[in-house]
Amino acid sequence: MTNTSTRRRAATATALTLGLALTATACGSGDDDAGSGSQELKGQTVTVAGVWTGTEQKNFQKVLDAFSEKTGAKTKFISTGDNVSTVVGSKIEGGNAPDVVMVPQPGVLKQFANKGWLQPLSTKVRDETKSNLAPVWRDYGTVDGKYYGLYFKASNKSTVWYSPDALSQAGVQPPKSWKAMLKAGKTISESGLPAFSVAGEDGWTLTDWFENVYLSQAGPEKYKQLAEHKISWTDPTVVKALSTLAELFKDKNLVAGGSKGALRTTFPESVEQVFGDNPKAGMVYEGDFVGASISGDLKKKVGTDAKFFPFPAVKGGKPPVVGGGDAAAVIKAGKHRKAGMKLLEFLATPEAAEVWAGTGGFLSPNKNVKLSAYPDDVTRQTAKSLVEAGNAVRFDMSDQAPAAFGGTKGTGEWKLLQDFLRDPSDPKATARKLEAAAAKAYKG
Amino acid sequence: MPATPVKAPAGPAPLPGRAGPGTTEPKDSPRRRADRRRRLVALLFLLPALLLLGALVAYPILFTVGRSLFDASGTRFVGAENYTAMFDDPATLKAIRNTAIWVLVAPALLTGLGLVLAVLTEKIRWATAFKLVLFVPMAISFLATGIIFRVVYEQDPDRGVLNAVAVGVHDAFDEGAHYPTARPKDSTVLAKGKDGSYTTKEKASPGNTVNLGLVGVPPKDLPKDAGPARKAADATAHGDELRGVVWVDFTLGGGGKPGQVDPKEKGLPQVAIEAVDAKGKAVAKTTTASDGSYHFSKLSPGDYSIRLPARTFAEPYTGVEWLGPTLITPAIIGAYMWIWTGFAMVLIAAGLAAMPRDVLEAARIDGASEWQIFRKITAPLLAPVLGVVFVTMVINVMKVFDLVYVIAPGPVQEDANVLALQMWLVSFGGGNNQGLGSALGVLLLLLVVPAMIFNIRRFRRSQS
Repeated sequence: MTNTSTRRRAATATALTLGLALTATACGSGDDDAGSGSQELKGQTVTVAGVWTGTEQKNFQKVLDAFSEKTGAKTKFISTGDNVSTVVGSKIEGGNAPDVVMVPQPGVLKQFANKGWLQPLSTKVRDETKSNLAPVWRDYGTVDGKYYGLYFKASNKSTVWYSPDALSQAGVQPPKSWKAMLKAGKTISESGLPAFSVAGEDGWTLTDWFENVYLSQAGPEKYKQLAEHKISWTDPTVVKALSTLAELFKDKNLVAGGSKGALRTTFPESVEQVFGDNPKAGMVYEGDFVGASISGDLKKKVGTDAKFFPFPAVKGGKPPVVGGGDAAAVIKAGKHRKAGMKLLEFLATPEAAEVWAGTGGFLSPNKNVKLSAYPDDVTRQTAKSLVEAGNAVRFDMSDQAPAAFGGTKGTGEWKLLQDFLRDPSDPKATARKLEAAAAKAYKG
Repeated sequence: MPATPVKAPAGPAPLPGRAGPGTTEPKDSPRRRADRRRRLVALLFLLPALLLLGALVAYPILFTVGRSLFDASGTRFVGAENYTAMFDDPATLKAIRNTAIWVLVAPALLTGLGLVLAVLTEKIRWATAFKLVLFVPMAISFLATGIIFRVVYEQDPDRGVLNAVAVGVHDAFDEGAHYPTARPKDSTVLAKGKDGSYTTKEKASPGNTVNLGLVGVPPKDLPKDAGPARKAADATAHGDELRGVVWVDFTLGGGGKPGQVDPKEKGLPQVAIEAVDAKGKAVAKTTTASDGSYHFSKLSPGDYSIRLPARTFAEPYTGVEWLGPTLITPAIIGAYMWIWTGFAMVLIAAGLAAMPRDVLEAARIDGASEWQIFRKITAPLLAPVLGVVFVTMVINVMKVFDLVYVIAPGPVQEDANVLALQMWLVSFGGGNNQGLGSALGVLLLLLVVPAMIFNIRRFRRSQS
C-alpha cells in the first residue's frame, strides 16, 4: 500500500515538475506558433491511446506522423481494444498514463471526466473549434460545463445503402421522404425483390432504425431529452415513432424473409443479402461503415455496385443525421500532457483531418475540411450530409444509454425492439416495456 | 508411513517440561493427553484442506449470501428485496422454468441412452473404437461445441446441416411451387382464398377474355422460354371459349401501367388455372403456355370464375426452425447430449463390467430372454451406478451456461435462458446488479444442495 502511494506521489511530482518545465520552455520559446517545421517539441514522446486497430490504426498513425513532422515530437499509439475505460484506467492507476486518449462514446468521456482524469482543453483548441465544429460536437465533448473532448473522427449512421441495379430494375429513384421510401420499397418488391434487408438478429441495427425515425419525427430536442431519459419512453413521440417503424416492419413484402427472416439475419448477412452475388433484397440501412463492408468483405465497388441515399425525412420532419465519433482528450496524469495538448491543437485543424480523409474510412465533423480531401464521391456525400446537418446531428442514443438498456444482447432495448419486429401490432405496449427496462437501467 | 508421527508423540514417555506435579488431576491423565495431542495432530493435517475449502468454498458462499442482501451498488442493505425482485422478473421465471425442463429431461435421457449404449457396446466387436468415438465430444470445449451446433441448427439450408437434410428430404417428395413470391398487385381483380389460392372477383361467361396480372416475380424465376404476353392477351375468344393470359404486371425498369399488358411484359408459363362454376366446382383445368396464355374450350354457357390454385404460390419449405423460440431449449439439450452421452456410457459400461456374470448365466440357463435379463437383472444391479450418473448429471445440468449463451441467438436468448446464464447476465452481462445476481446464485445453490446430499449419502453407504 504505502509503496504504491509513494510511487504514485513521486510520479505526480515528476509530472508536475516536468509540466512546469514545459510551461517554462513553452513560454520561453516565444510561441513561434506551430509554424512549418518548428521543432519545439523535440525529444518528447506523446502517447496516444485509442480503440483503433488494423487499417484505422495505420491511418491514424499518418496523422500522428504529420504532427511529428511539424513539431518534432515523437508519437506512440497504444491500441486498447474495445474496452478503453478499463485499459486507460489501469494505466493511470499504474502510473503509466497515456497523454492523449481517443474516447469513442460520450458516456465514457463523462465517466473519465467525473473521475478527474481529464484536463480541460486549452484556449487555443477551444478557439480553433469555435470556427470549425458545430456547437453540438462541442456539447458532446463537454462535461459539467468544462470542455474536455475534441471530436476528431465522426461517423454517419443515417445512410440507406442500395443496389443501383435493384432500383433501376424497378424503375424507382432514391426516395427523399419516408413515405416515398416505403412506396419505392413496394415497387421494388413488385419487381420481384424484397425491398429491405433488416438485420434483426443484431439488436443494435434496430435501435439505429428507431433513432433515425425518432430524430426526424420528434426533432433533435426531444431526441436529446429521450437520450438523457428526461422524458419517458411512454411519451407519445416514442409511440408515434414506433408506429411509423411498424409501417415498414409489418409488411412482409418490404422486409426480406418477413419479420421471422429478419430476426435470423445478422448485420454482415444483411449487407451480403443486398450486395452479395445472389441478391435477396434491394436496400439495407446502416451507417457509413456499410461501405467498408461492401468493398472489404464482398469485394464490390462502392459508388457503382453500391450507393446510398441519406435517411429520408419522416413525415414532415427534417432528414435525420445520427452520428457517432471519437473525441480526443488529454489525460492529467500523462507525462507529456503539454505536448499532448499541442497534438490536440493540431487535431483541431482541418489540415490534420485531411491527412486521414485522404485514405478513406474517415469522416471529420470539422466543417472547414475540404470535401475534395475525401477519396471518393460516396464518402464525400456522407461527409457532406454530416457537416451540413450542423447542430442537428445527434449521437447514437443507445450508445449513450447504460449498457443494460442500450447495449446488451438479449435484453433491454435490443430485445424489446426485436420483439417489436416479430410483432409490430402494439407500439404502445412496446413503449411501456421500453420504459420499464429503461427505468431499471438508468436507476442502477 | 503416515501413522508414525501420530504414534510417536503418543508414546509413554512424557516430555520433561510437562511432567509437573499436577498428575493427580484427571484431565491431565496420560490417556487424555495423548488423545488431545492426537486430535491436534489430526487438525494440523486437516488444516491445509480446511483453509483451502474455507477460502475457496465457504467464504464465497457466505459472501454471496451476504451480498444478496444488498442493492446493486453494494452499499444499501435491502433485506430480502432481491429475492422478491427475482420472482417478479419474467426473465428469471422463464429461466427457472427452463432449468426445470433441463433437470427433468436431460439427466434421464442421458442415463437411459448411456445404459442402452453401454449394454449394446458390450455385444459388438469394435466396442472400444465405438466407445472412443462416442467419448470424443467430451474432449471438445463447451464453447466450441456451442459454435458447432449453432451452425448445425442454422435455418438457412445452405449452412445448417440439419435443415439441409430436412429440405433435401422434403423436396425429394414435393417439387415446390413455381412462383412462391407471385401475388396480385392489389385485390381489385383477384381475391385471396383461405387456402392461399386466388379467385377472380367478377365472373365471366364463355366468349370473354380474362387477363390476370401478377407482380413480385423475380426475373430469375421466369423460365427462359417465357415470351411477351401482349399478343395472346389481345386475341379474341371464340363462342364457347374462355381465354386470357396470366402475366407479370411489371415492366422492368419502370414505365408499365398497372392492370395493362404492356409490350415488354412477359407471360407466366406453367401456372395451374381452373374454371370454377357457380357451385364452386372446378369444371376445367389447364396450365398456361409459354406466353402465359390459357384457354378453356367447350364450356357450357354460364358464369365462371377463374381460380389460380395455391400450389403455384406455396412458400418454399425452409426446414425446421431449430433456433426459434419453441425449439431452442430442446435443440440445446440435443447439443448437451452430444457431449455427455459418451461419459454416461463409459461410466455405466464400467459398472457393467464389474457385474457378477454368474447371475446372468444363471438367468440364461433358466431360459430368460435378453430383454428380461436386461430389465430384471442388469438394470437393477446397475442401479447404484445409474444413480450416480443421474445425480451427477442433475448437478451438471443446473450449471449449464456456455451452450445456452453461445447457441441461442439474441432474439431468443430469453426463451432459452437458464438460471446460471441469468445469474451471469444480471451480475455482469449488462445488468451490473451483483446483489440480484448473488440472490440468483443462492437460489441455484439451494437447488443443487438436495442433489449433493443425495450423492454424499449414497457415497457413504457404498463405502460402509
